[in-house]
Amino acid sequence: MMTKLVYDGTFEGLLTAVFDIYEHKLTHVYIHKGDCNHNALFENVMHVVTDNNRAVRVLKGLRQKLSADGVQRLYIAHMAEMEGEDQHLLGYIRYAFDSPRNIEEDFGNRHVMRLSEIIRKVRREKHRMEAFVRFQKLQDGTFYSAVEPDFNVLPLLIRHFKSRYADQKWTIYDIKRNYGIHYDLHDTQFIAMDFTEGNKPDNVIAAFTADEGVYQHLWKNYFKSVNIPSRKNMKLHIRHIPKRYWKHLPEKI
Amino acid sequence: MNADRITEKLNILADAAKYDVSCASSGSKRKNENKGLGNASNGICHSYTEDGRCVSLLKILLTNHCIFDCAYCVSRSSNDIKRAGFTVQEVVDLTINFYRRNYIEGLFLSSGIFKDADFTMERLVRVAKKLRTEHNFNGYIHLKSIPGASDELMREAGLYADRLSVNLEMPTEAGLKLLAPEKNREDMIQPMGFLKHEIILRTEEKKLFKKAPIFAPAGQSTQVIVGATPETDREVLGSANFFYKNFNLKRVYYSGYVPVLADKRLPALNTAVPMVRENRLYQADWLMRFYGFKVNEIVNKNQPHLELDIDPKLSWAIRNMQVWPLDINKADLQLILRVPGIGLLSAQKIVSARKFGRLTWEHIKRMGVALNRARYFITCNSRDFERRDLTGTRIKQFILAESQSKYLKNSQTQLSLF
Repeated sequence: MMTKLVYDGTFEGLLTAVFDIYEHKLTHVYIHKGDCNHNALFENVMHVVTDNNRAVRVLKGLRQKLSADGVQRLYIAHMAEMEGEDQHLLGYIRYAFDSPRNIEEDFGNRHVMRLSEIIRKVRREKHRMEAFVRFQKLQDGTFYSAVEPDFNVLPLLIRHFKSRYADQKWTIYDIKRNYGIHYDLHDTQFIAMDFTEGNKPDNVIAAFTADEGVYQHLWKNYFKSVNIPSRKNMKLHIRHIPKRYWKHLPEKI
Repeated sequence: MNADRITEKLNILADAAKYDVSCASSGSKRKNENKGLGNASNGICHSYTEDGRCVSLLKILLTNHCIFDCAYCVSRSSNDIKRAGFTVQEVVDLTINFYRRNYIEGLFLSSGIFKDADFTMERLVRVAKKLRTEHNFNGYIHLKSIPGASDELMREAGLYADRLSVNLEMPTEAGLKLLAPEKNREDMIQPMGFLKHEIILRTEEKKLFKKAPIFAPAGQSTQVIVGATPETDREVLGSANFFYKNFNLKRVYYSGYVPVLADKRLPALNTAVPMVRENRLYQADWLMRFYGFKVNEIVNKNQPHLELDIDPKLSWAIRNMQVWPLDINKADLQLILRVPGIGLLSAQKIVSARKFGRLTWEHIKRMGVALNRARYFITCNSRDFERRDLTGTRIKQFILAESQSKYLKNSQTQLSLF
């Protein structure tokens, strides 16, 4: 019979679920995030109680079966919060445990292949954010940017922006997931802001420095000047910058 | 700051610089030391123009005043256009402020030649020096080497810039003579040779002394204009190959000629930009640099031009039918790379995955192989494969019939009678 595992959505929770599967010797399982009230008639439902000790034991086991990079990839894939992919992550972990040798490059296996696809998507989104973040200089000297990435990639951006903009304060805010990262010239930390009416996260014009408008204007002009009209190719243009990103790019507004 | 005046200058000088197609900001490894501004490593395209080209650098001319009168160039001295020039400080301010807002990866600075080569080069170097030393800027800097500039200035440029480039402009010397009679190919090659020598020297030095300064870490590149003069693709690629081999160039850029000026020596103003040809040249360039193809495998005496309706890899494959079919579960990586429809990444995936078990069509499809092209040339762990003894021409017809070319299909694919 199919067993449905309901877990809390954390990485520790996922690892605890793996522990439970092996403890109860389950074979046919389906993993589900969050609380679930409607169940099919013929199925077992098990609630996974996230347990740090169990999670650490599974992680330790994983480290013996996978390279450090492999564990990292698994973690990133989970953190991205892609809908309906937990089943593949679970499949990947079980395949890693059940196989006598390292399976990271077995792209013939559907779970391994799927993980590689997920990672590719997440990396692309991370790269897009590194490209499409547009800072706006505020009066207190902070460079602020609002973004809406497809997946949860903000934590992956810290290293890049911290090493590049080491001498300026900056904030990158994920409007969709309502949290941001802030760098204060020493460290980065996660922040959540309270946006009440009239104080929207993507509307900070009132707080601009005097020259912010000038540079945005110059940038828009530059963007127009470098275009070669006789080579126009909108299909290619939109493939590179899909429309959903336009509203946060001054040159496309 | 006089915003209106700067805007006008930026419009003029960005417009004049846009025909330089190089936009790469990769290949460097400059770190952000002592908490300064920026770093340069892998390169990011921060935006894309409506013609689909990457915008990663602030690409401008220092000035479009020029003493030369090259037929293909908008900034030529006899052309009646608005002229402008930036001061060193203006370029520095623009670069820093664009960079801080994450608009760009750095600066690409070129210039029309005013007074003489050294005078112009000295100005370009001064911008780079100011960015590096006064503003602690570690972002990417690409400087144009001005043909004929002194070795001393070129050496200084290499200390501040990540990449240097000299545009060859025309693929052959004859083409240059025709369109830019005042320019001398020797003057262009000379600084290239000097820099190549200097880069090798500095790399050796860096191996011995860790503290030795980095010198043009992203190397050199060049650009040739195609379609302005009647060179064949064989000549263009041959000359690119020559410069890759002899001058350790990182990139050769091919710029399809955009008719901007009326001149008897040039294609007429309403001529279409040869975009397909340009695309095929880049594909051929990739085959030479990453796929282990030799230039004479791609174009040769019997085939001096690249085919426009199919890519050069497919073109090679159907001219060499004796190679196929290839068993994907056994063949060397080098050969798998030559299969149309299989790229670098999927070739590597295939080679890794087949250690775990024999691969089927389903497997390699998921790895990203374009089976509509690849299936004519390979076999795998399946009884299902192309059994008909097809000629190259037939395969080409099948592939063209079912593919949606990004360009208008050429109607030249004539059936052969026998």
